[in-house]
Amino acid sequence: MAAIEPMEQFLVRRFVDFPPIPVPGLGPVDLSITNSVLFMMIAATLISLFFFAATKRALVPGRLQAVAEMLYGMVDNVLTGGIIGDRGRPFLPVVFTLFLFIAILNLLGLTPGGFTVTSQLAVTATLAVMTFLIVLAVGFARNGLGFFKLFWPSGMHPAMSAFLMVIEMISFLIRPFTLALRLFGNMLGGHVVVYIFATFVIGLGAFGLQGIGLNNLGLLGSGLSFMMVLALTALDFVIAIIQAFVWAALTCVYLNEVVNLDHGH
Amino acid sequence: MNPEAAKYIGAGLAMTGLIGAGAGLGILFGNYLQAAIRNPAAAAGERTYLFLGMALAETMGLFGFVMGLLILFK
Repeated sequence: MAAIEPMEQFLVRRFVDFPPIPVPGLGPVDLSITNSVLFMMIAATLISLFFFAATKRALVPGRLQAVAEMLYGMVDNVLTGGIIGDRGRPFLPVVFTLFLFIAILNLLGLTPGGFTVTSQLAVTATLAVMTFLIVLAVGFARNGLGFFKLFWPSGMHPAMSAFLMVIEMISFLIRPFTLALRLFGNMLGGHVVVYIFATFVIGLGAFGLQGIGLNNLGLLGSGLSFMMVLALTALDFVIAIIQAFVWAALTCVYLNEVVNLDHGH
Repeated sequence: MNPEAAKYIGAGLAMTGLIGAGAGLGILFGNYLQAAIRNPAAAAGERTYLFLGMALAETMGLFGFVMGLLILFK
């Protein structure tokens, strides 16, 4: 039996080849259309089409518009409104976009034959750096140099504050890494585990079909593994949504710190 | 010891970091459920923080996971 390679699903393949384009300062950059790029395009198209179809602005919403309004209301009430407060309204578009884009990419990865774009560390790292830069930009735009008060814990001896400031800065700078690794790890882990149990289904099933004897117990293991595949796939759907939600919620928490810096919301 | 074997054992040991993440998630969801049963009216409002806590607890375990991947594929 040829071994099924659980990591093979994460290979990036080129579909349309473009010659490397020289970018000043970076050297040649490969802009070919890979399966990763393709699925990102599909996700962006799906989201755009959904909102073109859903935002007819009918007074009595139809089905699509009701779904769009529910999603919008969820992000508005729970994330930007619930975590940042009234000052969070201007950040609704960016949080909403991040949530939808990551959720759709995760769900597309679970479709048969789909490619999980969010299981590429390069993609999650780029999204994380973008989120981090947005937080930094908002922090400096809103507070100027008062932004650094974020790292200065008040109400204790200055020497203690200075010591804690170092720790606060480290925990601030580590945020893009944790954001990227969390999504990457969850997606990679979820998909690899499903594949490993799927190999058990085939391997144990083939073993169980060899003649009659104790090895028929392999069929039992095969069946159990198949149920495990089903259960894990269901769990992956839950995780796909939860991780997108967690990303959006953490973006809100980070934005809240810099937006409400002088208020202690 | 065979270096190849040592590599796999090391990757396996790195995954023990997930023990802590598992225990943390258990404590988190257990306590949330306990609080939610005592005061169901307040449960919905704290769900956001439940998922945030979940994300933070998981991160610590994922550092171990990434170490395992680094050892295996570096």
